[in-house]
Amino acid sequence: MMLSKPQAIAVVLLAVVLLAGCSPIQPWVKPYEREHLADPIMSFDRNPISSGYLDHVFEVREGARGATGSVGGGCGCN
Amino acid sequence: MTPFQHQRVRWLIAIGFGLGAVGRADVLPEDRSDVLYHRYEGGGLTVQGPSVLLRKKFGDSFSASYQYYEDLISSASIDVLSQASAYKEKRTQHNVGLDYLRGSTLYSIGWINSNEPDYKSNTGFFNISQSMFGDLTTISFGYTQGWDKVGEVDHGIVVRSFSKDADRRNWAIGLSQVLTRNMLLGLNFEADESNGYLQNPYRGVRFIDPTVARGYSFGAAVSPNTRTGIAGSVQLKYYLPWHAAAEGNYRLYNDTWGITANTAKLGYTQTLFSDWTLEATARYYWQTAANFYSDLFPFQNSQNFMSRDRELAQFRSLTLGLGASYEFHPGWPRWVDKGSLNFSYNRMRINYQDFHNNLLMSVVPGDEPLYILDANVMQFFISFWY
Repeated sequence: MMLSKPQAIAVVLLAVVLLAGCSPIQPWVKPYEREHLADPIMSFDRNPISSGYLDHVFEVREGARGATGSVGGGCGCN
Repeated sequence: MTPFQHQRVRWLIAIGFGLGAVGRADVLPEDRSDVLYHRYEGGGLTVQGPSVLLRKKFGDSFSASYQYYEDLISSASIDVLSQASAYKEKRTQHNVGLDYLRGSTLYSIGWINSNEPDYKSNTGFFNISQSMFGDLTTISFGYTQGWDKVGEVDHGIVVRSFSKDADRRNWAIGLSQVLTRNMLLGLNFEADESNGYLQNPYRGVRFIDPTVARGYSFGAAVSPNTRTGIAGSVQLKYYLPWHAAAEGNYRLYNDTWGITANTAKLGYTQTLFSDWTLEATARYYWQTAANFYSDLFPFQNSQNFMSRDRELAQFRSLTLGLGASYEFHPGWPRWVDKGSLNFSYNRMRINYQDFHNNLLMSVVPGDEPLYILDANVMQFFISFWY
């Protein structure tokens, strides 16, 4: 069975995509390029004990919760 | 007296302590200790106390942590003054956790116990994080389960006949992604399920009552005994060339009680003179009301489920924060690498849109001014790395 030209192109493209999955992903940011990312000011949670407490202050007064990605500690109250 | 929010507080502590922000999974958390003093003051409520967090590695594979937390509560809030009298109480909490690193996988387990006269809580959690793609990507999965015992205190005496259970489960997944050499992305998604006694035993609902002079009375509140919520958030952090960082964060929340909430936050961090770090944040939050919430019901027992908890009302809030840290390198003791002194202040305002200040008189019930909460939140803490 002969493939039409568009079909042949599609098969080649599919093969390229699938074969690409066999090769390891190359990090696009090399380890030696991560100086800025390693800086403490780039941490999502630089002071866990503090951010956790503040999350509490909000959570006990609000209906929403979760997905804050920070650690806890604290109290709300009446 | 303890409001039902405490259930959620402990729950969130568990989730937070267990999972933390999605970070690298190929290294153990750094050895560090913090001693913190916190103080919240607003709306007739003062909560203050100390907290201590200790973390230490053991060998190349293990890291253990312990946190002590204490709340000293003095309350004369609008909720207390409406239906009871001012009170004071103390809550203590202990958290223990253990992390185990194997290759690029970090396993974490922990247990949390919280105690106060009318509320006992125990929580266990498990979390697993995996780094991949040359450590550009970290994914995590966590599960948390909690068992709470809700009690009641009347005039300083524990009511033995009142004891209710509340159980909670939480599933969380997270992703941290290096986008460029200057930008990080964080994604978090959580599903949360609660069963049992999910209301505050001290709070009632307000309903129109023409038989009394003020025109309204308070009656029993009834909340559903199940609640399921989902939350998703996205965080972006960008390094700026003048040794500063900018951050944006958005979260969407929705639950089966009818609450939909949005949280947007912006942050800016700036270093100065190599040993100072300054921080400014702005956070805006808005939510819809629970579908069984009302500030004033038309008559007693007018619905199957009724609540006047203002946490379930519709409102908007804005919080502005400032923080400063000073890093130092003490020569003694020799095993301490560095330390930091930190202070932060947050000013919060909540504008309730359907919760009226019933402490103020009005001719017609429900015509009182809308309630506004202003609060100051302060933290002072000292940290050591070793």
